[in-house]
Amino acid sequence: MTVMSYAAAGRQALAEEMRRDPLVWAVGEDLGRGGVFGQYQGLQEEFGAERISDAPISESAIMGACVGAAMAGTRPVVEMRFADFALCAIDELVNQAAKARYMLGGQIRVPMVIREPMGMWRSSAAQHSQSLESWYTHIPGLAVAVPSTPADNLGLLKTAIRSDDPVVYLEHKNSWGLEGEVPDADVLIPFGSARLHREGSDLTLVSWSAQVHVAAAAAETLAASGTSVEVIDLRTLWPWDRDAVLASVDKTGRLLVTHESVAVGGFGAEVCATVAEHSHGVLKGPVRRLAAPRIPISYAPPLEDQVRVTAEMIVSTVTDMLRG
Amino acid sequence: MMHRIRAFEESAARAATDGLVLGAIHLSIGQEAIASGICRALRPSDYLLSTHRGHGHTLAKGADAVAMMKELLGRDGGICKGKGGSMHIADVGVGMLGANGVVAANINIAAGAAHAIRLRRSDGIACTIFGDGAINRGPFLEGANWAAVFGLPALFVCESNGFASTTRTTAMTAGPGAAERIRALGIPADEVDGNDVVAVDETARAAVAAVRSGGGPRFILCHTYRLHGHTSTDPARYRSEDEVREAWKNDPIARCATQLREAGVDEEMLLGHRDAAAAEMAEAYETARAAPWPDRALAYSDIQDIGDPRERAY
Repeated sequence: MTVMSYAAAGRQALAEEMRRDPLVWAVGEDLGRGGVFGQYQGLQEEFGAERISDAPISESAIMGACVGAAMAGTRPVVEMRFADFALCAIDELVNQAAKARYMLGGQIRVPMVIREPMGMWRSSAAQHSQSLESWYTHIPGLAVAVPSTPADNLGLLKTAIRSDDPVVYLEHKNSWGLEGEVPDADVLIPFGSARLHREGSDLTLVSWSAQVHVAAAAAETLAASGTSVEVIDLRTLWPWDRDAVLASVDKTGRLLVTHESVAVGGFGAEVCATVAEHSHGVLKGPVRRLAAPRIPISYAPPLEDQVRVTAEMIVSTVTDMLRG
Repeated sequence: MMHRIRAFEESAARAATDGLVLGAIHLSIGQEAIASGICRALRPSDYLLSTHRGHGHTLAKGADAVAMMKELLGRDGGICKGKGGSMHIADVGVGMLGANGVVAANINIAAGAAHAIRLRRSDGIACTIFGDGAINRGPFLEGANWAAVFGLPALFVCESNGFASTTRTTAMTAGPGAAERIRALGIPADEVDGNDVVAVDETARAAVAAVRSGGGPRFILCHTYRLHGHTSTDPARYRSEDEVREAWKNDPIARCATQLREAGVDEEMLLGHRDAAAAEMAEAYETARAAPWPDRALAYSDIQDIGDPRERAY
């Protein structure tokens, strides 16, 4: 085991895959200088400017060109800089990348990874803070990854790069500096496999991305007062590990889902609906969600904080659910 | 080839009238010289990306007419298994990476296919043909800039037929048009009479050779006229009958026949080509209409390797 940051784990995953496969390349704005968050630092020195390529500020062309480059036999890794900016290339992602294999009757594959740093980070306001993961889960043809730890960022990004279909890969901007142990061996994490972050018996708490750490802090607080919460990190939202969630709810009888993105139409709704439909007999109370209100994200901290689901809110909700 | 494209589309139009083409089809009747002239200059291994008006390009790149017709009719054995229809017609085996239902979308994708050619050190080129309506969408600028910045082997061809859907392109386009916009990016641009197959052929051969030799992207603006409406069911009442009658005098197939007659080709051979194409495409239609529907299970394949597409919320 080696300790490294979430950003360094992403860098290592890309470097290892580029060494393994000469058809893997990455392109995006400012990649030559290491990327806007430093997650590509040093890679152009090793792989050259053709394989770690700068790009014009042309999201539509970055995404669209990578669709073409993937169709024509390479494996591009697209850097969108901010998940918000990927919306300038949504035709290329949703109408083209996701559907080309199907529309052409399986004649072609689009093996590309779309890295979209997401989430709230340093008073960045409404166009640099969004978490739009649930949008992509709605699109047939796309896989969606939401890693929360350095080890998962390493193992999931490697799997994403080896995927023969497009993967929307959402790293959380507030996690770049997060340190953790990563395996020394070449470990790939399969999509659709949740990680048991903390074992518990009273309630199942499901989350993903950086919100997992908020959920874990709440579980820690609750443990001190004798409440045992099981924390599940989904890691990927399409496919998602329904079996792990259903098995946990079979054990605990209670479900709370928390995510940083807006509650309305969020992926928490999908998880809750699935459990409500499938586990009615074992549920000891209603399923619950804790996620953002339906407001744009603000700049000033007291306003920005209105969007956050805190550990205190989770503790309070769990206490309420167990009392009921 | 021009006769084959014309005959294919006349058969497709007949199939639409018969109610057997289920979705919209966009005919390129009157524009056959461009498909024929451009594609003759390409190798099978070169990539071609087209538009919603792409039957001619696809045939000219070498796709099988029967499999195409089955696709238009949504039948078993369709070139895209009945999943795409007219607007997603493709034959990857002959380098035809697809028509596209979104105007201008294939400009970026073609730039990327050219990028892959560069990365793989191949000597191919990527060509995309799009309409004049596409030049007001962002990918026209973004894809052309991309190809120029990276010096990629891409050939951009604008089939300027005068109409963006059912609106005259000139009414909605500022400035001097596509060629000047492209030249502003430093990309060499040729303009050619798109109804003169010999001129298109000569221009395309020179441009393809320049692109293939590493000279970076090039652009060809082909002036033509869309003799039918936007779709096969559009009566195109937004233009006068006189205008269309005049345009038919400039039919590229008739013009080519005149050139050939003047060169001494006898009438019997010219008619023979026309009749053979008509017979081929009439038979393609009969074969397609006799084919069964595709198996319903096909709806669930070719999506992605992971995840179960049958999953619903229980």
